[in-house]
Amino acid sequence: MDIFLQQVINGLVQGSLYALVALGYTMVYGIIELVNFAHGEVVMVGALVGLSVIERIASRGDTGWGVIAIGVLVAIPSCMALGLGIERVAYRPLRKAPRLAPLISAIGVSIALQQMAALIWGRNYLHYPDVLSNPQFHIGGAVITQVQLVILATTGILMLLTWLIVQKTALGRAMRASAQNPSVAGLMGVNVDRIIALTFLMGSGLAAVAGVLVGTYYGVGNHTMGFMLGLKAFTAAVLGGIGSLGGAMLGGLLLGVIENLGAGYLGSVTNGTIGSNYSDVLAFLMLIAVLVLRPSGLMGERGSEKV
Amino acid sequence: MSTLLEVKELVVRYGGIEAVKGINLHIHQGELVTLIGANGAGKTSTLNALAGLLKPASGEIRFEGELLNSSPIHQLIQRGLALVPEGRGVFPRLTVEENLAMGAYTRKDKPGMRADLNQVFESFPRLQERRQQKAGTLSGGEQQMLAIGRALMGRPKLLLLDEPSMGLAPLMVQTIFSVIQRVAKEGMTVFLVEQNARLALQSAQRAYVMEGGMIRFNASANECLSDPRVRLAYLGEDS
Ligand SMILES: Nc1ncnc2c1ncn2[C@@H]1O[C@H](COP(=O)(O)OP(=O)(O)O)[C@@H](O)[C@H]1O
Ligand SMILES: [Mg+2]
Repeated sequence: MDIFLQQVINGLVQGSLYALVALGYTMVYGIIELVNFAHGEVVMVGALVGLSVIERIASRGDTGWGVIAIGVLVAIPSCMALGLGIERVAYRPLRKAPRLAPLISAIGVSIALQQMAALIWGRNYLHYPDVLSNPQFHIGGAVITQVQLVILATTGILMLLTWLIVQKTALGRAMRASAQNPSVAGLMGVNVDRIIALTFLMGSGLAAVAGVLVGTYYGVGNHTMGFMLGLKAFTAAVLGGIGSLGGAMLGGLLLGVIENLGAGYLGSVTNGTIGSNYSDVLAFLMLIAVLVLRPSGLMGERGSEKV
Repeated sequence: MSTLLEVKELVVRYGGIEAVKGINLHIHQGELVTLIGANGAGKTSTLNALAGLLKPASGEIRFEGELLNSSPIHQLIQRGLALVPEGRGVFPRLTVEENLAMGAYTRKDKPGMRADLNQVFESFPRLQERRQQKAGTLSGGEQQMLAIGRALMGRPKLLLLDEPSMGLAPLMVQTIFSVIQRVAKEGMTVFLVEQNARLALQSAQRAYVMEGGMIRFNASANECLSDPRVRLAYLGEDS
């Protein structure tokens, strides 16, 4: 078995999920320079809403990707509503406050959402119902599962779609203009508040899909799952250059691959002194290294790069 | 001549500082009016209040007879007001073309927009050459052209310009002023804030002279050019 190839495949899959979540961080940061710490919790809510829906349908004996798809289709509007609500209640009133205020507000929302999720779904790990047969395919000494292929395809399409919207449409142009100079964008007739809300809407939609895919891939979910996932995705966004869409995608994939290679090799390289459980450490070490050498991240422009 | 813009007792404050102290002014349809004054006189504060960037502390701003004071900033362009802000305010990481498209953000008439874009490129061929370039990479003069072109893309009824000559080489100033004069001649109403008083008075029909947040003087541009006080204070000449 080709360990290297296998870990790269696993890393790309995990990384594509990081990337999808990282897009939400980076778009919001790009437009209002706020690290939306509650974003990981939006992913968690997406995963758990998806889980509840999928469980309901699965209990009638239905199986297959259609069931997952319905879970996604319910999770998306739920997370969008949640994201809009968070922006409206926790961030918009603080738009002109010192920068620490919305940050603290974000952490508060994050904790509140975790506790609300614990009330609704309980504190135990919940198992995603087994609705997929998940066949495996062999490619050159490694294995890729159907779930992995679907994740790669879905995240790829969504990232492309996000990029197209931001770079090629009038709406995306207005988003970028608002990020670079909100008051002049206002002069041009852009309702900047609406653009900010739309940014949260897009990020939350992506978070919903990421949540259900994470649940489907790893098979479990609970009210704290958004924390580490959010931290990793935020790391990916910073690694790639926060504010940059391409950076979020690159950072996510890179982080996933490095973590998985670390998990695959750390043990054997160090004769077992450092086990695969140190792969998180490896990921954050790399983040520090990149930031020391290139403070604006891999794809961030020098100075204040935004969307 | 109908009055396009009428300002009554306008006051602008920054915290405790009163930058504009109850000024009155009006602009008729089709006029090119200038507001001159030294650095810190309150010109930018006045203009930004007209454009909606600043909320006036008190006073009235009427455009086509309607009160503007409480309109959200993003609705002003649809009413027909466009500002070329001090410091140009181009979107540095959008291309020249994208910046111009932003100027027409609220418009739906594709053919009219295309015609206006051609017009802008005709006025400023430099912008056409650099249409794919990021605005942040342009020279100061090119950015000023872009800021003016972008405002014109909104086809405003009233064009507000804040020191378009600031920091530019004389040749560039000439290019920009000839375009300003041309759009005025073609019928657009223009309110021009300038520190370069001579140039402004030579282009305008009427002038307001501002000092310490108040309008000191208000006359035809020709009268101003020959007024001893203006000559001494703003044109650097002994009378
Ligand atoms: N953002 C601001 N905060 C506080 N004071 C300001 C601000 N902007 C301008 N001022 C003050 O208001 C006065 C008028 O400034 P401004 O309108 O920029 O004048 P001008 O455009 O004629 O140079 C000046 O005394 C200036 O220091
Ligand atoms: Mg000024």
